[in-house]
Amino acid sequence: MTQALSFLPRPRLQALIDALHAAGFRCIGPRVAEGVIAYDALEEAAQLPWGVSETQAPGHYRLGASDTQRCFAWANGPQALKPLLFAPRENLWRSRRAADGGLRFEETLPGSAPLAVIGVRPCDIAALALQDQHFLQQEVSDPYYARRRRDLFLVAVNCTHPAATCFCVSTGDGPRASEGYDIALTELADGYLLEAHSERGRDIAAALPLETAAEAHIAAADTALQQAAEAQQRRLPGTDLQAPLFANLNHPRWDEVAARCLSCGNCTSVCPTCFCYSEHDAPALDGGEVTHSREWDSCFTQGHSYIHGITIRAETAPRYRQWLTHKLGSWHAQYGRSGCVGCGRCLTWCPVGIDLTEEAAAICGEVAPP
Amino acid sequence: MSNPHLPWEARIVERIQESPGLFTLRLQLSDAAAQGDYRFAPGQFNMLYLHGAGEVAISIVSDPEDESLIDHTIRAVGRVTRGLEQLKAGERIGLRGPYGRGWPLAAAEGRDIVVITGGLGCAPVVSVIEYIARRRHQFGRLNIVQGVKHSSDLIWRERYAAWSRLADTRVLLAADAGEPWWPFHIGRITDLFGQLQFDPRRVSVMMCGPEGMMRVAARNMGAAGVNDTDIWLSMERNMQCALGHCGHCQYGAKFICRDGPVFSFDEVRELFEVKGF
Repeated sequence: MTQALSFLPRPRLQALIDALHAAGFRCIGPRVAEGVIAYDALEEAAQLPWGVSETQAPGHYRLGASDTQRCFAWANGPQALKPLLFAPRENLWRSRRAADGGLRFEETLPGSAPLAVIGVRPCDIAALALQDQHFLQQEVSDPYYARRRRDLFLVAVNCTHPAATCFCVSTGDGPRASEGYDIALTELADGYLLEAHSERGRDIAAALPLETAAEAHIAAADTALQQAAEAQQRRLPGTDLQAPLFANLNHPRWDEVAARCLSCGNCTSVCPTCFCYSEHDAPALDGGEVTHSREWDSCFTQGHSYIHGITIRAETAPRYRQWLTHKLGSWHAQYGRSGCVGCGRCLTWCPVGIDLTEEAAAICGEVAPP
Repeated sequence: MSNPHLPWEARIVERIQESPGLFTLRLQLSDAAAQGDYRFAPGQFNMLYLHGAGEVAISIVSDPEDESLIDHTIRAVGRVTRGLEQLKAGERIGLRGPYGRGWPLAAAEGRDIVVITGGLGCAPVVSVIEYIARRRHQFGRLNIVQGVKHSSDLIWRERYAAWSRLADTRVLLAADAGEPWWPFHIGRITDLFGQLQFDPRRVSVMMCGPEGMMRVAARNMGAAGVNDTDIWLSMERNMQCALGHCGHCQYGAKFICRDGPVFSFDEVRELFEVKGF
């Protein structure tokens, strides 16, 4: 339920962090580290990336200085919400060999502490809904993901500064968040337009030194988001590419893109919706205790399609085809929409700059809206 | 058990060497209540866990009415299965399952049955044949076709002999290459299809084995007038979780572990003719 909009003057941003801390949340937010903007512990509003901008292009990401005194004047870095919930590496259970030769299995669920994430972009909120669908809303629910998901508080920040690689407008997932968050902010010249979206969000908002939003604030936010949407140059050739992709499984473009693709798996690692994982046993040196864990896997690896001596996808072309036909195609049959939220990370972080929107267009042509 | 990833402890009650590199483990869950509650349908599979090596998806070959033992016939081809091969009766492993959708046995009642298998593909249908054998009068004519590369690869020869003595049942065996005393066909199983006895409008075809074999067999059955919806096949892909989460077994929109492993041919035919899915 949308609430009346409020305004949080920029000097009072710290109050949001303080209110979340007071409500028992650990806070993380965007910070500059190792040349990118990524989530880390956030104690002070001063730790946010003030005056930082970034440029992105296929295969390119560089931080820079912006001419504004803003802390959200940039588009997403490599890290999505995914690693916070679907951990890159996670212990699932332990197997202990008892003295009588028996095996004892013990689950190793992660501890859970309420976590608030400040600065989540609309594309990543859409991606979270897709991961929820996959890990929580099927016949079997994943207890590890569920544990991390339980007490997650999301402060969305609508996107006023999309990167050249962004195409969330064409997937319908941005630049304004519409669902699935607790509080949404839109950054303006002198502060933040704030919308509390959930019961918990309203409780936090009630503890903030808010002002009533002026007409000018609301108009400025609308204009900024309108301009952000219009700034996006990239787009997918349609919202549902299932039919054209599966009608073109022998398209020459698969071999053409495979000649450029390194099959490195960067795209699947930064993708906020990719969910593949493999499981591994790590025995202690004496073999008595084994930790059984999982870690992110990628359909671009040799092992992903291995089965009793056969590798189904030994070459890059069928791997790229597996990825794209799933992400933009069969995802619709599985989860009722595309698996792509237009974040553009797979373009930016591809070491050879393969552009998913370009590949989809080359293979599907222009697709008429449904 | 609330955590779907956690295996049960299972004891190897008996280990049978079927042929070199091929063995059967007869298992019993250590938790008596869990064993008592354990039910499966022919065509489903379990995840077997070897301490220190990992898990592997193996189909269940035992009689679904046998409530005391859960049998798995395994070929030693990988790290986990080679390790399982070394185990002896009395040793313990992990087991979780059963998983997936089995064969459409209720829908097959009253119909002629054609079971086509190749190689170790016979394992997932053994429990089907046993199920039909015990309810022989509820089904029409029973045709069992099994092909192997070499005659020495054939296992369960006594079972085939026993099945061939069932009422209104044909057992057709073929080997690509055979020893001089191999009494059955030398060549492809499709050479034997002329001897099958079934009504193409009232038949359930169940296939398991190498995809190349199933592709050719499905084409032959189609040419004989059988509908795609009456042809069923058991699929295999890499499986890590068996819960529909790890993504490895995706075949188009299907998760083979959860939506299969048994599919009707019309459900998979779009990708079945394409390499690399």
